[in-house]
Amino acid sequence: MSTKFVIEGLKAQIEGKEILKGINLEMKGGEVHAIMGPNGTGKSTLASALMGHPKYEVTEGTVLLNDEDLLEMEVDERARAGLFLAMQYPSEIAGVTNSDFLRSSINARRGEGNEISLIKFIRQMEGKMKELEMNPEFAHRYLNEGFSGGEKKRNEILQMMMLEPKIVVLDEIDSGLDIDALRIVANGVNAMKSEERGFLIITHYQRLLNYITPDYVHVMMQGRIVKSGGPELAEKLEAEGYDWIKEELGITDETVGQDA
Amino acid sequence: MTTQTILPVNAEALKALSESKQEPAWLTESRLASLELAGQLELPKLEKQRIERWNIQSYGEYKESSKLASFEELPEHVAKLVEGSREGGLIIQRNSGTVHVSLAPELAAKGVIFTDLQTAVKEHEDLVKPYLHQAVKRDEHAMAALHAAVWNGGVFLYVPKNVEVDVPMQAVLLADDAGATFAPHILVVAEANSMVTYVDNYVSDALNASVTHNGAVEVFVKNGAKVRYASVHQLAAEATDVTYRRAVVENDGSIEWIVGEMNDGDTASDTMSVLKGNGSTSDAKVIAVGSGSQKINYTTQAKHFGKSSASQMITRAVMREEAQAIINGITKIEKGATKADGQQTERVLMLSPKARGDANPILLIDEDDVTAGHAASVGQVNQEQIYYLMSRGISRTVAESLIIYGFLAPVVSEIPLEGLRDQLQGLVERKLGQ
Repeated sequence: MSTKFVIEGLKAQIEGKEILKGINLEMKGGEVHAIMGPNGTGKSTLASALMGHPKYEVTEGTVLLNDEDLLEMEVDERARAGLFLAMQYPSEIAGVTNSDFLRSSINARRGEGNEISLIKFIRQMEGKMKELEMNPEFAHRYLNEGFSGGEKKRNEILQMMMLEPKIVVLDEIDSGLDIDALRIVANGVNAMKSEERGFLIITHYQRLLNYITPDYVHVMMQGRIVKSGGPELAEKLEAEGYDWIKEELGITDETVGQDA
Repeated sequence: MTTQTILPVNAEALKALSESKQEPAWLTESRLASLELAGQLELPKLEKQRIERWNIQSYGEYKESSKLASFEELPEHVAKLVEGSREGGLIIQRNSGTVHVSLAPELAAKGVIFTDLQTAVKEHEDLVKPYLHQAVKRDEHAMAALHAAVWNGGVFLYVPKNVEVDVPMQAVLLADDAGATFAPHILVVAEANSMVTYVDNYVSDALNASVTHNGAVEVFVKNGAKVRYASVHQLAAEATDVTYRRAVVENDGSIEWIVGEMNDGDTASDTMSVLKGNGSTSDAKVIAVGSGSQKINYTTQAKHFGKSSASQMITRAVMREEAQAIINGITKIEKGATKADGQQTERVLMLSPKARGDANPILLIDEDDVTAGHAASVGQVNQEQIYYLMSRGISRTVAESLIIYGFLAPVVSEIPLEGLRDQLQGLVERKLGQ
């Protein structure tokens, strides 16, 4: 079955402040969608609300992944259902090695009695790390501890590659990356493209989209998707900025939930 | 105001018991004098906790223990503990008395003595007498005095000059009769340039009423000697555990403490290294998990007298449910201990809003030419970290345990004995209810 991901009327708030004001989006396996928009328009909130971050309260809407409602699930169940979020600010966890963490994640999917063999796991991890040009030592380092911004992002992509999710959300994966790292990360993503897998790329720069070509581009403002189009929309945004959209829609302040 | 300590035994009975054991006269006198002291001295003062409210009166009475004919007579989990770990030497105390003593003949041939203290006071009087109650002094407070009065069984480990023992010497101290006095005294003497590792386990089984364990540990590390002392306490909730551990370290000697505090009952422990000699060192690692409604008071101390002496103390404690822990680290550098270095870290991770942890790092420095440092932290499990782990499909329970093990890992991974490391790992799991 080809993957189908449907967000319908999603509203979410943080500390009583509504940030998402009704998001509608439909994605299929094989598609790459980009969500663009200036800072403070609710893009990262969308990513966090989809994953189930405890700070965000979803007040309305549904999110269906192959007809299963993700919003009814705990964070770990969403992940096991096939959702993956590459985070903007991954946590650092002392005392837990990268490889122990990854193996626990893989085994959580496979279930008891069906754990991945250590040899197979190591071979896979080493292979993927090589693709991402990561120092093999990072397997034994504590999870993200002391990693640079770029190393953390690569580590997120490593996890994505190992976990083989159905829907991948990349939250500002390009922030803090130099051009080489950007290329490596993009190659990692492109290598994972398949008919079974959909990508939702959240960014406010167009430059990542030079490496990963989106099929659809959506612009977020004021907690809503205000405009959608093809890859040409991203190019226009890169060339002309967001003002023309604001003008077109009569928006003066594109942000949401920010105190004046 | 003096809180009168209720004495669990009267002088007459104590004297009769000592005589029936054919203890030397000096020991009988020492026990009687200690009992008298116990009636006069105050209870120890615990930081922010009141020991007088704990169950510290359940001494029961002295009961003979019969020697083990086979390890199968031990409760299963205790038998498991001694499986395959007997090559160096093994002492088992059950309640008031010793039930098993063994020592590898090749170690005995080198002059190593490993026997219960009750026997040692008679057979090795000249080696025991100069040390007994010299590190944990009986006039410190009522608990120490009472211990000196009623101690039983125990361990005496003596390593002669220049002898290096490369297998761990082990002891198991088992309480499985709530009516019996359980007060082992451990005495270790490592002569100049010797080396030894000692590992013990305090365990209980089938306690149907409360028990007070009042224990003392004394370690004497002579010039250039190295002693590694590992102790795991895993007594049941019925047991209140009060343990004083002291090491006196001479020139260039070193003591390494590895303490696993895994009791289920109220616990006060105080582990102190007295760095008497120049160039002496102490390294103390404590890991602890508190659960239920345990009251816990752990103190680690280093007292520097020697020049260029160095101490390192690390405590990592996890508190769940309603456990309340006070964790003290005291580095004291005396005048004249030039170039001394004292470092300490105490960290507490709390798993529930009702758990409480206090970390009190204390540096007392009377000498200018020294280096010292401390770090302490108390905090809850970081929810952002839990979310991150869960976002990869890991369940909340597993995520929490990964974080907890990660918290303890820097200490656990430093434990040089593999068997002990695995055992502690298992105990942490049990204490965390997994």
